[in-house]
Amino acid sequence: MYGPRLLVGKDRELARTSVPATGGGALDVFRKVARSYLFRRLIKALVTVFVMASLTFFLIRLMPGGPVEAYIANLVTQYNVSHQSATQQAASLFSLDLDAPVYQQYLEYLGNLVRGDLGESLVSRGVPVSKIVLSYLPWTLFSIGSALIISFSVGVFLGMIMAYKRESKLDHVLTNLGSMVSAIPDYIMGILIVVWIGVQWELVDITAMRGSLSPGIQPGFNLTFIGDALYHASLPILTYVLGTIGVWMLTMRGSTESTLGEDYVTVAKARGLKERRIATAYVGRNAALPPFTQLSISIALVFGGSLLIEWLYVYEGLGYVLYNSIQQRDYPVMQGVFLIITTMVILANLLADLLYSRLDPRIRVGGRD
Amino acid sequence: MASVTGESRYRDSAVGRFLAGFASTLKLMARNKVGFAGFLVVVTIVLVTFVGPIFVPLDETVRVSQIYKTPSLSYPLGTDSEGKGVLSQIIHGGRPILTIGYLAAVISTTIAVTLGSLGAFVGGRVDTGFTWLADMVLTIPQLPLLAVLAGVLSLNNKFAVAGLIGALFWPTLMRATRAQVLSLKERDYVESARALDLGTPHIVFREIAPNMAGYIAINFTLAVTTSMYAVVGLTLLGLVPLSENNWGVMLNLAWTRGAVFSKDSIWYIMAPIAAIALHQFGLVAMNRSLTEVFDPRLRRGA
Repeated sequence: MYGPRLLVGKDRELARTSVPATGGGALDVFRKVARSYLFRRLIKALVTVFVMASLTFFLIRLMPGGPVEAYIANLVTQYNVSHQSATQQAASLFSLDLDAPVYQQYLEYLGNLVRGDLGESLVSRGVPVSKIVLSYLPWTLFSIGSALIISFSVGVFLGMIMAYKRESKLDHVLTNLGSMVSAIPDYIMGILIVVWIGVQWELVDITAMRGSLSPGIQPGFNLTFIGDALYHASLPILTYVLGTIGVWMLTMRGSTESTLGEDYVTVAKARGLKERRIATAYVGRNAALPPFTQLSISIALVFGGSLLIEWLYVYEGLGYVLYNSIQQRDYPVMQGVFLIITTMVILANLLADLLYSRLDPRIRVGGRD
Repeated sequence: MASVTGESRYRDSAVGRFLAGFASTLKLMARNKVGFAGFLVVVTIVLVTFVGPIFVPLDETVRVSQIYKTPSLSYPLGTDSEGKGVLSQIIHGGRPILTIGYLAAVISTTIAVTLGSLGAFVGGRVDTGFTWLADMVLTIPQLPLLAVLAGVLSLNNKFAVAGLIGALFWPTLMRATRAQVLSLKERDYVESARALDLGTPHIVFREIAPNMAGYIAINFTLAVTTSMYAVVGLTLLGLVPLSENNWGVMLNLAWTRGAVFSKDSIWYIMAPIAAIALHQFGLVAMNRSLTEVFDPRLRRGA
């Protein structure tokens, strides 16, 4: 599965052509801003969020026989409510004015989104979706964030070792492990962990590890809380790490190998610099760039995969809420959670790209991506 | 090469030429042992799941006394929670999953190659637009979107599921194809074809396409693995209501009926996982052979 991703970095390199900066004048400043990497990147992120928000609006609101219509029809036939009051109820639930023309509804929906109003849950009456989202979001961010940090740093470290000791026994073992792990989907890994580690060998108590916290534990800045949070998140984190580490090991191995042949490394060796300093400041810093470009793709994959992983482990994060809302046909929650997951992925991508432009000055100076 | 004389014998008919080409491709594939083994595994799984159901009836008898039996002569893969044989379920359960997986891969590969080569060839605004679209689709969390779509539209049509998956999984290959075409465009032989004024169709189909074939074939197999990942994931969650029994449904049942927490159910759970994993590993291994078949430089070295 790592095959096609490897070319992303090359693709970027091809597009990297430098544009000479011109100075002076207000128009030039404006042009400079418009051409700047940060600005282009922000516009791209905003457009993506906007497109996803529109897509969900039209899916939920306009689909013939879609959620809103189905909800109204259900109220009318099942509870004998008049069509008018059913429409009113639906309107308040989806925070939409159903009598207004579609474009006005659409604008109002977008306005509500900007204010953070995502409507109310159908199942837990009167609970705002934004409140539900906020209470589950931290757990997903915590588990995914720590997993990505662990797997990226360990993967890049192992990849470097593999390149330094290439063709050794360790290299062969790790390369095979890496390609095997990256060929197994993360949820299959999750099922295997539950079935073997949890049920067959009884190494951990799967049922006690469910949820995001043990009953009675209060969030706070103390060891009990942090330990318990880690205990419950450990299996999801392990699964995400196993699901992503292979790609980084293999990319890092390849990029370190080519960096080792670069002139500046030879020069650094000739200057008599210490091995350790060459490995970190010269080889590692440059070789880590290609795996870093994979980060944005992995973020989307892992965030998306959290739907399955959180369901498997009954870890109460956003993916778990999304699954439940789809099962219960709780459309406002479904829509809200989906939009938040998408926004989080886009934000994380933005952050990764900005970090990348810090690490690789060519991107910033080039002003194009 | 030895196969050249064999080829010339059949050159008179198109069928003969095709067979000869097929035979020499197989010979080339067999050079890489791991790759050939992968190829055989994939072919076996496809044959068993598509042809097997004709010979092996689906076991639908409930046997209360035979629940969660370990493998025996009459039940080679053990039995499930109702005493039905697992092997017959595995044989019957591959077709829907594989159909969707391969179909979605065809769709996503077609989109990717078309947009990628078109963008690289035409350039300018078209290229920028396609790249933007690819970047956008790439940042969408695909599985949640598929799940939401499955919740809003009732996805009980195999082709609809394959279409949706195909429409979401093309960006990585599209970007790669674009980069590839961009670099191929600048090669000497393409430049000389252009200087000779051989025309765009000739350049695309005779000069560039043959160089891309291997790349596309390899990425197609990878697309199959990603599509399978999505289908099995969605069926595991129970969001794609495929009425037939299949590997994903087996896993879903194991989970929802709590079989997973019973130690005896191990054969029932591991059977579909092994089937899926074997198929995925087979495809990944097969790529080693495919690389050699399509890259003459590697071939000569072997």
